[in-house]
Amino acid sequence: MKLATFRRGGVHPDDKKQLSKDKKLERLPFPSELVVSMSEHLGAPAVLTKKKGDTVTRGEVIGTAAGYISADVHSPADGVVTEIRRVRVQSGAVAEAAVIRCNPEQSDPWTEKHPWRGMSGEELLRLVRDMGIVGMGGATFPTAVKLTVPMGKTVDALIINGVECEPYLTSDYRLMIERPDEVLEGVMIAAAIVSPKRIIIGIEANKMDAVALLSEKAAAHGYPIEVMPLKVKYPQGDEKQLIKATIGREVPSGKLPLDAGAVVCNMGTCNAIYEAAVYHKPLIERVITVSGESISEPKNIIAPIGTKFSDLIAYCGGEKDDAVSVVAGGPMMGFAVSDDDTPMVKGSGGLLVLPRMIDDFSAPCVLCGKCVQHCPMGLQPNKMFRNIKYGNYQAAIDLGLMDCKECGCCAYTCPSHLPLVQGFKLGKKLGRKKK
Amino acid sequence: MNTVRTSPHIHGPLRTDKAMLLVIAALAPSALWGVWAFGLRALLVLAVSIAASLLTEYLLGLVSKEFTLRDYSAAVTGLLVGMNMPPEIPLYIPVIASAFAIAVVKWTFGGLGCNWMNPALAGRVFVFFSFTSQMSSFTLPRWLQLDAVSSATPLSAMKTAVTAGAAGRSTDLLAGTIPNTDFAVAVADKLGISPYAVDAFFGNVGGCIGEVSSLLLLAGGIFLIAAHIITWRIPVIYIGSFAILSWIFGGIPYGLGAFSGEILVPVFSGGLMLGAFFMATDWVTTPTTPKGEIIFAAGCGFFTFLIRYFGSLPEGVSLAIILMNIITPTIDRFVKVKPFGYVKKPREKKEAKA
Repeated sequence: MKLATFRRGGVHPDDKKQLSKDKKLERLPFPSELVVSMSEHLGAPAVLTKKKGDTVTRGEVIGTAAGYISADVHSPADGVVTEIRRVRVQSGAVAEAAVIRCNPEQSDPWTEKHPWRGMSGEELLRLVRDMGIVGMGGATFPTAVKLTVPMGKTVDALIINGVECEPYLTSDYRLMIERPDEVLEGVMIAAAIVSPKRIIIGIEANKMDAVALLSEKAAAHGYPIEVMPLKVKYPQGDEKQLIKATIGREVPSGKLPLDAGAVVCNMGTCNAIYEAAVYHKPLIERVITVSGESISEPKNIIAPIGTKFSDLIAYCGGEKDDAVSVVAGGPMMGFAVSDDDTPMVKGSGGLLVLPRMIDDFSAPCVLCGKCVQHCPMGLQPNKMFRNIKYGNYQAAIDLGLMDCKECGCCAYTCPSHLPLVQGFKLGKKLGRKKK
Repeated sequence: MNTVRTSPHIHGPLRTDKAMLLVIAALAPSALWGVWAFGLRALLVLAVSIAASLLTEYLLGLVSKEFTLRDYSAAVTGLLVGMNMPPEIPLYIPVIASAFAIAVVKWTFGGLGCNWMNPALAGRVFVFFSFTSQMSSFTLPRWLQLDAVSSATPLSAMKTAVTAGAAGRSTDLLAGTIPNTDFAVAVADKLGISPYAVDAFFGNVGGCIGEVSSLLLLAGGIFLIAAHIITWRIPVIYIGSFAILSWIFGGIPYGLGAFSGEILVPVFSGGLMLGAFFMATDWVTTPTTPKGEIIFAAGCGFFTFLIRYFGSLPEGVSLAIILMNIITPTIDRFVKVKPFGYVKKPREKKEAKA
């Protein structure tokens, strides 16, 4: 059978998922201290409503959304705010954060199921917004904004992203395997909000067991969901590539998926939507894969938001001697963190402890064109990089720099090991400033 | 303290220096065949070319304070220069060719990545026009040498015959001038093709050291494609466009008429395989976009055809590739890739005149 995929570019890194693929989800015991940043999501940071010394209860709002593209932040634990300080999170953003000392006894108020089927789309959407749900694939775009379909637009397809194309990461995979009924119900709740013509779950072919399980469960529940296996290729988990792979449409440059008639939702987000709609539980914890060659024991962990990476590493038996870098996220797009006490945010799907992965080789650009061949966005990284190098940011922007999503395919293949992605991040920043 | 760097944190297997070593490995079988066929003298030519190229790179590195021998690109250039030399060449000629390639074509313009034509080819063309007679006197492989040591290549012999007024196919034109192996005659009889094509394919002909065995060059080229160092586009389209043009128009100067030109003999001789797989695919001097590669390769095929059949030279591969190398920056400038989700910019509406 020929599997669907996106047409252009892409790379095939070794998926390394066997390290943590068979590790069952386990719940992290509450750490003594959590650091909850107000910049958990894309858009404006939330406004902190607590002061030093305030007591907080688990699930209580401690930061309110500041604007339309923003999200509420809830307390992940019962405890006391011991300090307010500015903290750098994995993406590099610095924002106010509440340091919460957790009580030894934690409450669990979310045991009662609520019916959602009678609720209107708007009521469900309000629930999604109030529970602080954001996209959990890593980009952390507020989900309530994404699921709001403007007047006059229709959704042809609700696409659920179970691709998990980044090597090492298995958090979505474990969710699909261990909580198939819950995530499928979450999908149906999202569908009730956007009323799509088709519902598609895209899963890469290295997870065929998840494909089989979800198709079987969807059929058993009578859900109108198509589970579509996709050819393994990075960066298929990107929204634009996934839309191309599943329904064959290209999102126009500078536009949103809705302009191609699609809404894309991550598998982890569907799980959060399920918990929000059924248990009225806010987004205060998530699944994170702790993996890499230099961690003693790779695990898939359910941890409260705000857990420090050092606590996760300690829970997994600590770093091995050859550990060189700690990466939050996947190896292709994740952020290397200098401080192990950096806290988890809503978009932290992975934490990798890696040995030395790339040698120090460097050579000038040899114009081989590999970056052009492998760019999924059809850009010319070599030309953009040259322009940025000489400070010509506008020329790089004219070549489509703003369409670059830093997936790293160019830098991955570059035989001269040029720091292409670094150049593009810089170019975007300085290019915006100049305008 | 953790090491921090920008994503991606993993890297693919491709690396410039390793790629250069793989190119050397892919060229080695054909070069060794040349040594086997033409004797140790050929090995000496190869060694001198490589040594001259490395030495030039090293000395110029002293001037510019950049030591780039480790990227092995100079070794590849030296090897390619050597493989493009006739086996009995006086040794100062490959030295001049290598030095010209590295010093003038590569170093002057800024070193690896900045040269605007293939250094090895530029070196070859430079000495070809400077020492034309030495560069066009060839010998046959040891096992075909009867009494005459020197011999012409099939292509130049055909050109000479046609210039003298003869007409016909390679079998008619070359009979008596160039010997065949018994094996080639037997195979050719079975398949109904020219025995010269069979001999050229297996490397039983006179020519430059590294260009005679099409079979081994083809194997090396396929290895490079499999290792993802080159793409199939340039060699396949280059050879394909040349073969089609040869078939359609190639018969005309030989008095055969249109649509009846020979394909196999021209494709397997005159360094086309070496050029198409190893020279025209040089990273630096070829376009970076897939569409650009197609234009480049078709242009190479066209100019090779033009020079070989309608020019005064028997061989056109090196000149055709150099010509397209010169056009490459222009191709890269004007041939654009269509970006994902490309939206046509709306034309600004002309203001209606009042």
